[in-house]
Amino acid sequence: MDAMVRELSYAQAIQEAMAIAMDMDERVFLMGEDIGVYGGAFQVTGDLVERYGAERVIDTPISELGGAGVAVGAALTGMRPIFEFQFSDFATLAMEQIVNQAAKMRFMLGGEVSVPVVMRFPAGSGTGAAAQHSQSLEAWLGHVPGLKVIQPATPYDAKGMLLAAVADPDPVMIFEHKLLYKMKGPVPEGYYTVPIGKADIRREGRDLTIVATSIMVQKALDAAAALESEGIEVEVVDLRTIRPMDKQTVIDSVKKTSRLLCVYEAVKTLGIGAEVSAMIAESEAFDYLDAPIVRLGGAETPIPYNPELEKAVVPQVPDIIAAARDLVKGVR
Amino acid sequence: MAGASKAVTDSRANLPFVYRQYSAEQLTEVLHKMYLIRRFEEGAEECYTRGLIHGTMHLSIGQEASAMGICMPLTEDDQITSTHRGHGHCIAKGAEVKRMFAEFFGKTTGYCKGRGGSMHIADVGKGNLGANGIVGGGIPIAVGAALSSKMMKTGKVVVSFFGDGANNEGAFHEALNMAAIWKLPVIFVCENNGYGMSTSTARSTGVKNIAERAAAYSMPGVIVNGNIFSEVAEASHQAVARARAGEGPTLIESKTYRHRGHSKSDRNRYRTKEEIEDWMSNRDPITLFESELREFGFIDDKGIEAIRDAVAQEIADGIEFAKASPAPDVRDAGNYVYTEQA
Ligand SMILES: Cc1ncc(C[n+]2csc(CCOP(=O)(O)OP(=O)(O)O)c2C)c(N)n1
Ligand SMILES: [Mg+2]
Repeated sequence: MDAMVRELSYAQAIQEAMAIAMDMDERVFLMGEDIGVYGGAFQVTGDLVERYGAERVIDTPISELGGAGVAVGAALTGMRPIFEFQFSDFATLAMEQIVNQAAKMRFMLGGEVSVPVVMRFPAGSGTGAAAQHSQSLEAWLGHVPGLKVIQPATPYDAKGMLLAAVADPDPVMIFEHKLLYKMKGPVPEGYYTVPIGKADIRREGRDLTIVATSIMVQKALDAAAALESEGIEVEVVDLRTIRPMDKQTVIDSVKKTSRLLCVYEAVKTLGIGAEVSAMIAESEAFDYLDAPIVRLGGAETPIPYNPELEKAVVPQVPDIIAAARDLVKGVR
Repeated sequence: MAGASKAVTDSRANLPFVYRQYSAEQLTEVLHKMYLIRRFEEGAEECYTRGLIHGTMHLSIGQEASAMGICMPLTEDDQITSTHRGHGHCIAKGAEVKRMFAEFFGKTTGYCKGRGGSMHIADVGKGNLGANGIVGGGIPIAVGAALSSKMMKTGKVVVSFFGDGANNEGAFHEALNMAAIWKLPVIFVCENNGYGMSTSTARSTGVKNIAERAAAYSMPGVIVNGNIFSEVAEASHQAVARARAGEGPTLIESKTYRHRGHSKSDRNRYRTKEEIEDWMSNRDPITLFESELREFGFIDDKGIEAIRDAVAQEIADGIEFAKASPAPDVRDAGNYVYTEQA
């Protein structure tokens, strides 16, 4: 029997996934700042504390390093914690436990242990929260072997990938763009997973491949819809996972379209765009390229407070349209 | 400090600290500034509600005596680090409200040229090294500023404001320890308003009073009623004297309350209406200070009226200034990332 499909917001989809995970497995519990009665800074945990109690929906003190480390220790010893950072920016306070401990523990101990911790990071700009509450740091963690790093772009994927993350024996870092939380989309009831490490072709096209992540997927789709009227057919690949990256889907798409544009919100240089471009340059798809690869990423600046500046420093739909058009028309 | 004359001081011998220490003029200026903080935040809140300001903001309404009391013995050269709830600290350290409004409106005339907004409000010229978006982020920075003061022999004292929630960050503990072992001229001021966002200190903190943490770093830990200006100022005086004498840091816990929610997204589910109501009606720091000033004969109704009117005008002018100021050019979005070099 097919599961009932309803419209849920991205935040509701995550909340439902966490509830299902807790129903299915009593080892699963939630930790984070103000995730109890407050419901989480973005209302993702909502009223889960009323349903599962304060023992399984644990408000931590404002102690990111310690809190993340406690989650790592619990995961190491049999529990299945889902740890919420209030903002992804605060990962910087917990880097030690994430990078030195969670990521390497299994390796350092010769495979004797595993760390099935899930960490959730509300990320990105667009809320006027300025430089310390708006960053996109996923590539930082993507650089660390031992971690898996995902960026679901739809409510459907947010639920399915979170459930896959909980089932995964290794640490999974989930970057959730804050502006996606209110986005609605179809989500089936009940348990299902969306595999980690698998990209998704969200729109097919023959002229150009746009590889996008997170909120940029929707922006790329909007750009693709606009370009259709100009006769430009864009293929949009939602990367979904940045480590381990689904190279084959991107390679196949580029072989088909012969042009590649990478769109992501994080600072342009030394990031996902560099990785995808280099991966293509190293692959058999390189010979198929009809134009140089183009990256569209965030400006080389912290996120400013002023709303016009804030918009200007990350790619917007018109920027994607212009870059795609130039690429296809051979302007670059 | 230009204080009261000897004869006047004698007649005030039994009054609380500040009434012995300061002139009527200085004390009414404190009331003026407390009103300025309150009305500034009410004005900012209204502008936010009307959609003129974006982002979020954390209001310190109810905590004005704490900011003013701590800053009272500081000179313009002394420095502070502040928090996300930092508008009061900024005004208490001498900032102009018009440039603060301009910052909230994202304008080039703002203290951070529209780049920082409420959460990064600063006034470096007046010794405010900045609010902070990171809980506890300013505490080690204050210790670093105090290290500069010691190494450069500037005589500056540094105050680090932070909330009760910050006392559970590693940065707090590491910073206090270094300040203690190096005997630095820094004062740690924990504004304990009972909650870090939704989490009460009882639920977050292993000690009953944050001041007890001081014992672990062998520095004095002082608890004051943060809603009584005189109590806060007296503790600050002592800590400043200690710091200037090279005797090292002090931890002051200023017990207070925020009337508003944590930020603009707070539904106040973790505290009762009665609790909020009690603090607002019975322990409001401005009301308390105002009635003392009146009782001890430092001000009359007319004087209070004059202060309120002047503040209302300053706020209205400040908002007009902000509205009329130019926005940054988007082509300048990359400015200030690095130091411009000739
Ligand atoms: C490192 C870090 N963790 C979490 C937050 C989110 N946050 C901002 S203010 C706040 C509560 C701070 O409480 P407290 O220190 O008591 O200051 P108050 O807000 O009560 O003035 C939290 C959790 C943050 N900004 N930085
Ligand atoms: Mg607090």
